[in-house]
Amino acid sequence: MKVKMLSRNPDNYVRETKLDLQRVPRNYDPTLHPFEVPREYVRALNATKLERVFAKPFLGSLDGHRDGVNCLAKHPKSLATVLSGACDGEVRIWNLTKRKCIRTIQAHEGFVRGICTRFCGTSFFTVGDDKTVKQWKMDGPGYGEEEEPLHTILGKTVYTGIDHHWKEAVFATCGQQVDIWDEQRTSPVCSMTWGFDSISSVKFNPIETFLLGSCASDRNIVLYDMRQATPLKKVILDMRTNTICWNPMEAFIFTAANEDYNLYTFDMRALDTPVMVHMDHVSAVLDVDYSPTGKEFVSASFDKSVRIFPVDKSRSREVYHTKRMQHVICVKWTSDSKYIMCGSDEMNIRLWKANASEKLGVLTSREKAAKDYNQKLKEKFQHHPHIKGIACHCHLPKSIYSQIQEQRIMKEARRRKEVNRLKHSKPGSVSVVSEKKKHIVAVVK
Amino acid sequence: METAPKPGRDVPPKKNRLQAKKKKPRERRNLEPQRSVSGAQDPFPGPAPVPVEVARKFRRIDKSKKLPHSKSKTRSRLEVAEAEEEEISIKAARSELLLAEEPGFLEGEDGEDTAKIRQADIVEAVDIASAAKHFDLNLRQFGPYRLNYSPTGRHLAFGGRRGHVATLDWVTKRLMCEINVMEAVRDIRFLHSEALLAVAQNRWLHIYDNQGIELHCIRRCDRVTRLEFLPFHFLLATASETGFLTYLDVSVGKIMAALNARAGRLDVMTKNPYNAVIHLGHSNGTVSLWSPAMKEPLAKILCHRGGVRAVAVDSTGTYMATSGLDHQLKIFDLRGTFQPLGARTLPQGAGHLAFSQRGLLAAGMGDVVNIWAGQGKASPPSLEQPYLTHRLSGHVHGLHFCPFEDVLGVGHNGGITSMLVPGAAEPNFDGLESNPYRSQKQRQEWEVKALLEKVPAELICLDPRALAEVDVISLEQEKKERIERLGYDPEAKAPFQPKPKQKGRSSTASLVKRKRKVMDEEHRDKVRQSLEQQPQKQEKKAKPLRARPSALDRFVR
Repeated sequence: MKVKMLSRNPDNYVRETKLDLQRVPRNYDPTLHPFEVPREYVRALNATKLERVFAKPFLGSLDGHRDGVNCLAKHPKSLATVLSGACDGEVRIWNLTKRKCIRTIQAHEGFVRGICTRFCGTSFFTVGDDKTVKQWKMDGPGYGEEEEPLHTILGKTVYTGIDHHWKEAVFATCGQQVDIWDEQRTSPVCSMTWGFDSISSVKFNPIETFLLGSCASDRNIVLYDMRQATPLKKVILDMRTNTICWNPMEAFIFTAANEDYNLYTFDMRALDTPVMVHMDHVSAVLDVDYSPTGKEFVSASFDKSVRIFPVDKSRSREVYHTKRMQHVICVKWTSDSKYIMCGSDEMNIRLWKANASEKLGVLTSREKAAKDYNQKLKEKFQHHPHIKGIACHCHLPKSIYSQIQEQRIMKEARRRKEVNRLKHSKPGSVSVVSEKKKHIVAVVK
Repeated sequence: METAPKPGRDVPPKKNRLQAKKKKPRERRNLEPQRSVSGAQDPFPGPAPVPVEVARKFRRIDKSKKLPHSKSKTRSRLEVAEAEEEEISIKAARSELLLAEEPGFLEGEDGEDTAKIRQADIVEAVDIASAAKHFDLNLRQFGPYRLNYSPTGRHLAFGGRRGHVATLDWVTKRLMCEINVMEAVRDIRFLHSEALLAVAQNRWLHIYDNQGIELHCIRRCDRVTRLEFLPFHFLLATASETGFLTYLDVSVGKIMAALNARAGRLDVMTKNPYNAVIHLGHSNGTVSLWSPAMKEPLAKILCHRGGVRAVAVDSTGTYMATSGLDHQLKIFDLRGTFQPLGARTLPQGAGHLAFSQRGLLAAGMGDVVNIWAGQGKASPPSLEQPYLTHRLSGHVHGLHFCPFEDVLGVGHNGGITSMLVPGAAEPNFDGLESNPYRSQKQRQEWEVKALLEKVPAELICLDPRALAEVDVISLEQEKKERIERLGYDPEAKAPFQPKPKQKGRSSTASLVKRKRKVMDEEHRDKVRQSLEQQPQKQEKKAKPLRARPSALDRFVR
């Protein structure tokens, strides 16, 4: 007979000394790992619960301004520097790592309407209620020198916004019309306008750098081409847009923050339908900024909250609010896509984490592996009702919560009316308009 | 020029231009043959071939299941997932090369019947370490013994009818504890590790430490005849004389469910390791399948003409072996049709059955133990010729295969015998699941992780992969609700509207012609579909006619 018994040599399975690592032989045969799906489900449930436990996004606040913060600007080369302009004309430069103000400038008399940094990071521009555009050095004044702007331009009308070109020495201001300026000249290279009302903000496209977008008070968003010095096309919405922001990864996508509590993501090649309507705020949306990844953006609203939206979804992923934070006027996503800064009415700039339960700092390889595994598990089981309920659960302040309920009732009533109208009229006589197209009035070329 | 939004029925959105391009499965580029310095070329160029059955083992998507109709985005994602699974299963199959151990085997020389080979012969022929695994404990004083191996296979616990309970590390023969509980012991089981022991005593259920210290006396479980432990749910299932099947959660200490089996005294019980379902054998020849989530059995299978005396389920949950008072030993298919696959008449009914990890079936009939083997790991054991037999010094009262060793433990009237069964056990264990060579620290870490991923008892059902399936009922419910809420079906195909064309091609007559063309095409598709469905219906009708005609045929639709 031929016989062989299974016999293992313990030397191959037990470590030699206490200083060695333990030996862990692996066999990935599915019969040795029963109940894969229920165990993964329990792990996903635990991961979701822990995510909520560790969701502590608030990092700190920058205190110092003596009036509401009106605008924020990021330093293009330094992650730790941020500039802010207040409603009393003061501009402050902050160091985020130390959470301290490193420089204060009394820039304007009246509001600082807009602030933008030059692409090289050596200087920045501000516009204010005193009809001036001023250029300042990024480094502070030397010993014995006074705080003086590098360059001052006096205009005839109030300028309401400013943005600098991403590559060339050109900047654009808006007020009664959109002006394109060369840095060396004191008069605009060209002025573009379409319509009769004032323009509230202007933004350059970071990828197709000759394109500009602006929002006007007569409810339209106009796109301009700097090379031809003409407006390209415009889209008229139901209500006024406060500001737009271009997607830093997709050249033709921009998001508009509108007064009708929504944000609209447009593809500039087809302005007749927005790509997505983002609805979650309960009051006017005042500012929007994209993450450097181009996959999410953050919006600041009059309803004292800041929301993070994914680009392809219509509902927000996260909402940040504090009892002390009043109407949020401006918001920025830092260039390393980890933090969010928001400036509000009550003179504070707050710093938040973009992913509320993320562990900051350097992670060991095991931590990274565990984090990736948990992320994948949460994605796999995200539609199961228990897990969905835990992941979506968030505490909202009473004012926002009651507003949501009220607006839901109003929307239901309007929807019921439309459905009844559709049901009880001759088929084909009442047209069904999708939610996306409802808010667009017209597109003009 | 102004372009207002077009009125009319909402056309379902066309493929979004902004969607990321469909991810194609990565193609393998044929690498150029590597040239070495000596000029020799690889005689077997390309990656090593992978055996197809091994790769199939690692595939989990059931391609025969039809999914409900989904949007193109979902369908493309599913295709990508299927392609990825193919790739990954090939990689996993390659990793099998790293498995160090081979399973044991016993082959007779020409014409020799392996069943005639005695244990003493095997012990002589085998190496000294394996020979030491065969031992006999002569314990005649304290009654017939029942035994249980711990989940890693290192430790053995046995209990005698007259109260003798002992736990030992049977490989090193080191005794961990030996006590007499002063009461009849009906069954004994290790809990999730070798640290805790459950003993079904005459009156109540007791939990002991492995040092012999009594930790708990659970009075709600009274007159328990059989115990089973479900390791991933931390549930101890007890079958009692009163006819109740009770599930006790040992991590929290709560009784999760006490089900009345309504079949009188319960003394035949086994668990299905694949889906944690408890199989109970009854005196009317049926085996019922139970889950703690439901008050009624999940299924009832009629197995034997007389009472069922023993049930066993293999480790993959595919086959169930039952033996009854009608001297039959049958093997049923559990994962498909619940039909018997094989049967054998035994001279004496088998009172105990056990499956090993590699699919060997052991039956204890009186004082003889017979073991049957199958072709490979996946096929059922063939009941024609036994693989091994052994006669013991007393009647068999308990059978348990040791998890990762080629050993069968038999508890009988005269004590405990450890039999050598080459080829019974899985040779390569997974160090993170059950590691017989684990240290104290590793055991503690494993226990914490196992408790964290303890599966809730409500998830026990016949298909353990049920959570990963598409919830078709909820999907259809949601669709209905959406149609009600919106007043129209947003996914319904919009009626065809011909595009306006220039140069006179948009006159009324040509529009009507274009519309007619599309309508005719759709009609033709419908007719084609109904023609395809007709032969299927005819097949269904033909089947009952093939059976013998009976008077009730006129009522068949």
